[in-house]
Parts: sequence; C-alpha cells; structure tokens
Amino acid sequence: MPSEPTVRSILRARGIGRRFAGVTALDGIEADIRAGEVLAIVGENGAGKSTLLKILSGVLAPSSGSLEEVDAQGRARELRLRNVAEAAQAGIALVHQELNLAENLDLAGAILLGREHHRFGWLDTRSMQAEAARWLARVGLDLDPSTLCGSLPIAQRQLVEIAKALSANARILILDEPTSSLSARETERLLAMLDELRRSGVAIVYVSHHLDEVLAIADRAIVLRDGRMAGTLDRASMDRATIERLMVGRDLPPTTARPSLDGAPARLVVDRVVSAHRRQRPASLTVRRGEIVGLAGLVGAGRTELLEAIAGLGHASGRISLDGRPLTGTIAERVARGLAIVPEDRARHGLFTLDPVRTNVSMAWLPRGAHAGMVDHAGERDLVVGMITRLRLRPADPSRRVQTLSGGNQQKTILGRWLAVEPSVLLLDEPTRGVDVGARHDIHEAVRAAATAGCAVLFASSDLEEVLLLADRIVVMHDGAIAGEFTRDTATEVAIMGLATGGTLETAR
Amino acid sequence: MRKHWGLLGIFMVVCIVTALYGKNFLTAYNLMNLVQRTALFSILALGVGFVIGTGGIDLSLGSVVCLVGIAVPWLLIEHGWSPWAVVPIVLAGSALIGLAHGLLVTRLRLQPFLVTLCGLLLYRGIARWMTGDQSQGFQGEFADLRSIAVGRIPVPGLETFRLPATTIPLIVLAVIAALFLTRTVWGRWLLATGSNEAAARYSGIPTARLVTGAYVACSLLAGLGGMLFIFDVGSAQPSDFGNFYELYAIAAAVLGGCSLRGGSVSVVGIILGTATLQVLRNSINLLGLGSQLEFAVIGAVLLAGVAADELVRRWHAARLERRGAG
Repeated sequence: MPSEPTVRSILRARGIGRRFAGVTALDGIEADIRAGEVLAIVGENGAGKSTLLKILSGVLAPSSGSLEEVDAQGRARELRLRNVAEAAQAGIALVHQELNLAENLDLAGAILLGREHHRFGWLDTRSMQAEAARWLARVGLDLDPSTLCGSLPIAQRQLVEIAKALSANARILILDEPTSSLSARETERLLAMLDELRRSGVAIVYVSHHLDEVLAIADRAIVLRDGRMAGTLDRASMDRATIERLMVGRDLPPTTARPSLDGAPARLVVDRVVSAHRRQRPASLTVRRGEIVGLAGLVGAGRTELLEAIAGLGHASGRISLDGRPLTGTIAERVARGLAIVPEDRARHGLFTLDPVRTNVSMAWLPRGAHAGMVDHAGERDLVVGMITRLRLRPADPSRRVQTLSGGNQQKTILGRWLAVEPSVLLLDEPTRGVDVGARHDIHEAVRAAATAGCAVLFASSDLEEVLLLADRIVVMHDGAIAGEFTRDTATEVAIMGLATGGTLETAR
Repeated sequence: MRKHWGLLGIFMVVCIVTALYGKNFLTAYNLMNLVQRTALFSILALGVGFVIGTGGIDLSLGSVVCLVGIAVPWLLIEHGWSPWAVVPIVLAGSALIGLAHGLLVTRLRLQPFLVTLCGLLLYRGIARWMTGDQSQGFQGEFADLRSIAVGRIPVPGLETFRLPATTIPLIVLAVIAALFLTRTVWGRWLLATGSNEAAARYSGIPTARLVTGAYVACSLLAGLGGMLFIFDVGSAQPSDFGNFYELYAIAAAVLGGCSLRGGSVSVVGIILGTATLQVLRNSINLLGLGSQLEFAVIGAVLLAGVAADELVRRWHAARLERRGAG
C-alpha cells in the first residue's frame, strides 16, 4: 500500500523535453518515481511513452529539462545519463518489450551476464548457479539455473529478465508492455510478483496498453498525449473512464447498440472444415447476415488457420458456402465473391509499407472503379479521402507512407481497403492488436457499421475484453477444435477461459 | 522524373566529357549508332524491368536473344521458310519460354535466379546445337524485312542525322509499358506484388498470373529484341551472339531506379539507364581507354550508382525514423 513508510522519491523528471530534427516528441514531462510504488505511464501509440522510457534508461538524452536523483535525506542532485551502462550504475533497469535474452546461455549465465563469478580466470559455475537460484526465487521462478534460456516460454523469460535486472542492483525497474505476449493467468502471476517487489522497496515504472492492469497495480499514473502531460492521477482519482478521456483527449462516444438479428439468414456457412493446423478437427459454424461472431481461444488453438482456410489460403478440406453458393478456389476468386480478410500480421501480410496510404487503401477497390482496366484516379482520390474521414485515420494525408503511421492507423488502412469494396464476409484476425484505445474504438465502430449494412463478420481475438465488447456470439476454440459457444448475454471472461483451456461447457458455466 | 536527376547528371557528364576529349562523338554516324543501340537494348531492359518489378530476375534473356536471332536467318535461309511464318513462330516461341519460366516460378515455387540461369544455359546450347555452331546470316537477302532495324528515317531540318527505325518500336513499347504501369489496375497490382507478395495475395490480387505475365513479357521482348538485333547486324555466331545482354539489361534497369527487391519500375529510368550504359561503352572507345576496360568501367559506375542510391535511401529512412519516433 502506498501509505507504507518505505515510500519516498528516488528519481524525478523535471520538465523533460525531447526534439527530433525540429519535431517535438516530448515536452515538459514531470514524473516522480518513488521507492515502494508502481508508477504507470499510459498514452496512445505515439504519445511519447517510448521516448520517455529511453530518456529514463539512458538511451537518449533529454533536449530540455533534467533528471534528479533524490537521496535518503531528501536532497536532490542532477543525474546525467550518457548511456545504458550509466543508468545501470544508477540502479535503473529497463526490461524491453522485445525480450533479448541470449538463447544459448543457461539461466545462471544469462542473469549474471557481464558479472560472471570467476576464480583464477575460470568461471565459478557453482557459485553463479547459487546466486542465480536466489534471484530466480525472488521473482517466483522455481527453475534449475542450468536450464537454457531458449527452452523457456515467453512468460518465464520475462521473469528471468526481471531477475537479471534485480541482480544488477536495480532500484528502479522499468517495464515496457510486459504482458503483450502473456496469457491472462501469466499476467496475474506477474502482477502478484511486482506487488511483492514493490513491498520490498523497489520502484517500478509500468508501461502498458492494458488499462485493467494499470488499474490493478499502479499507485499513481501519468497520462501522456502528443508528447505532453495530459494528467497525473493517484489511486483515488484513477478509473478507466478518466484515463481513457485523458489519453484520447475526447470522450469516447458510447458504442452503437446492436440491432436484433432475428430472422437474419445464414450468410457464411462453414461445414466440417479441416485446416492446415496440425491438430485441427472438423469445424462447423454459421455467421448470419449482419452478425458479428468472435473466435476466442488461446494462441495456437487454430483460429488463424480456420480463418485462412475460409479465405482459401493454404490447404483445407470441408465445405464453405456464401449466400448458399459454394465458396471455392483461390483467395483471389473468393475476394471476387465478396470475401475480405484482415490478417494477424499486418506488416507481413497486410501492408505495402513503403507505399502511401492512397494505394494501400484502394488496392482491392481498383477493379471496381476501373474503366476498361484503367484506374479511375479521380474516383480513387475521393474514395481514399472519404475512407480517411470515415475511419478517422491520422494524419489525414493520402500520400503519407504507411510505414510512418502508428499501429492503429495502419490497421485502419487495411480495414479501409476492405470496407471500400463493401464485403459480404469480413474475416479479421486480431483486429486491434497493438492498437490504442481511441483507434480501437474507431475500428470496432467501423466493424459494427459494416455488420449493420449486412456483412457477416467473423473475428479472432486473444483479447477477451475485445471479444465480449464486439461479438454478438462467441465461438471458443481449444486445441484445433470448436469447444463451444456463448451468446453475448451468457458469456463471461471466466466461462470463455474455461472452455479455451480445455474445460467443458458444463464446468465452464 | 525527379528521382532521375542523378542519373541524368551522370549521362550529361559522360556525354560532355566524351564530346570535349574524344574524337567523332558528335558526328551523325556515331550518334545514329548510339540511338540504335540504346533503342535495341532498351527493349530488352523494359522486359526485364517487368520481371524485376515483381521481385524476380531473368538471366536467360541474352540466350533468348541468341536463340531467336539465330533461328530467324536459319529458318529463312537454310530452310527457306516464309517470313510470314517465321516471325510469328519465333515470337510465339519466346512467349512460351517466358510462360515456362513463369509457371516454374509461381507453381513449382522455384527461385527465379535458378530457373532463368538454367534457361541461360539451355537456350544457347539449343541454338548452337541446331545450327551445328555455324554462323547464320541473311546473305544479302530479305532487305525489306531487315529495314525494320537498319532503316533510317529522315528528320526534317537535319541533313546527315537520320533517326534509326528501331526507335519507333521502342517508343510504342515504352508508351504502352508506362501506361500499363501507371494507369492500369494490372500495372498497379504487378508493382504491389513486387513490393509485398504476401500482402498482395491477402488483398485478393491474382499474384501468380501477374508474375507469370511478367516473365512472358520479358521473354517476348527478348525475342523481339533478338529479331531486331539480327536484322541490324546481318549475321551472327551462335556461340557469342547476345552474350551478357541480360547483364546490360539488368544493369540498365537497376541504374534506372528499379529496385531488385521489386515494387518499383520506371520506364523513363530504364531508357535513360540504357542510354547511359551505351554512351559509356562508346566513350571508352572514343577516349582511347581500351575496350578491355569496358566491363570494369560499367561495373564501377553501376556499383557507385547503387551505393549512392542506398545511402540516399538510408539517410531518408533515418530522417523519417527521427521524425516518427516517440
């Protein structure tokens, strides 16, 4: 609890600013980092979080303002960090979003990398393992220190990274999106461990998109918007609506109510389809005209493979029909029938990153607007400008290279490509992964609007909150098979997780 | 056009230096020759430009030039076939070669480099075998047919300079290619396939058909080029006709701004790149540098060109990075 006596300031950011080539990325940031507290930094993509973390961890120097170190007597002195090593010296450790443990090292070697114990020039393996075991226990990992890092699942590697930082005497632990690849249960465990570290007097800076985590763990939060302080919240003033409003800078309008689907005919029928997933069993499901169906399940449950089988990517058996007619052939033929797919990996499978928003958005629409095979350039311009407005794509510049857009705007670009052709079936795989709150709202609203216009929507998401928010009906997959389904009214996070982890419908309910 | 200023600069410098220090650069005869060679090589480079645009490569086009260039006089003179049969047959044959390349690349998923490397060996081998490695020529006949390539069109106002007839097919092909790439749906999709094949497929673009089409266009233009080349020179040896032409074509396309990663093709750049290479070859000769140096000079210029391009690109990307950070 924040009222415990161990809480005191140890590092302050005073009016930190940073400019890149004349562009202001950060301006006037004030932060008070206290031992025994979790300080959350929240903000949309591009709000300046990564820049601030880089300054706190010595990767970047601030262009204005300064960092101050505060000693036990409360005396402050300026702290100049020229590189990561100096930050480590000052007890500041950053645990990266992308983990960078050397896969070929064992845990002892990885934790004590650069600080190996040695005797007469020989590695003292036994003493290294003993020390590593202590740090592993501290983060709640009961693992043999001679295990290879490469063999650990992501969640455990994350904890090893934290153990590594602690072993280097870190007093300030900075975590950048630590749960982006963790399951719900692993996240819970991580938060419990962080709580223990906090009690032992470590200062924790926690950066996350997931507001429920922030609400669960943070003592205070600073909200960034467009590189500036949008607000500082303490435990008492912290709630989801306030944080979202500060992040987005506008009140998110309430979500559109879903119309009744009574009597809506089946649009997409999937009949005993077996995809390329190694353990996939025959899957059957129906999506009605105007319906939004969510595919929930753990990573690797076969959701992506099922969506790709429907789209005609990769080998699959079984029957698929659209509006009563069989849907067969290559993906190009299925797209011509009105199918659309927003892939999971947008950089690899979705975007032409070096090309402008304009050509990315118009790609699938081109044949519709064409006269005798020639592109209708005026029509294309109108289409793209209209789509930018409709999806609130930022910056609103059709000639902007997609590479330079934030994740949310990149996702809007791909969605816009498909909305432009008014598809009959819209498949989405992780529609808002790495997308901030405002953009997520816009994307959800656009999907709802497409459904209301008659489109059959089938989306896969690992984010239960998203599934519950967007889906009219929820189909849960487990280990290559459909484990059961819920309607919007009967579904709860617990029930879905129960099915997704191999429980039965009876036990889940 | 803006991205070709650098290349245009190199082209102008080489021209000016050669005109000042070399003999006979600005004579009508030399200029006509230069235009002729630029037109012929540009046709080949346009073809390979399409393949490069899809992210592929065609190493076989020099051998296709050889096979077609040898087959035309061989069929006309040795076998006495009618030109009305020979021309369509060799062009259809070249298109079939391209179709085979395209299907091997898209259906069997073989590497374009490998497929066309085998083609390079295969077609020259066939040309040498079917003619018994004997030189083939028109022996003074078929002057009408050959005038497509050797003809010269008077230019009003100029007395000694007459425009080589090969510029006409080049202009027609260049306009078609430029319109195709910038104005048609299929042109857009071809470049999209080159810049991200998976994203193109996920967007419902028939990528296999487009890639196959690019190989067909490339071999067809190589066949057309081979025919014009043999009309121009009159006779040729199967063992060396068209040697290294694929490399001239690829080098010209790369100099002209086509990325070997695919996704960007410029018709103006390709023609300017070809012209630059031909003027370089010419100036090595006229400046008395010794023709042994030819490949070394072309290699050095090409390397300098792509290195400069890469540096500019990185500088640009770094600037974007700095601007987009945060």
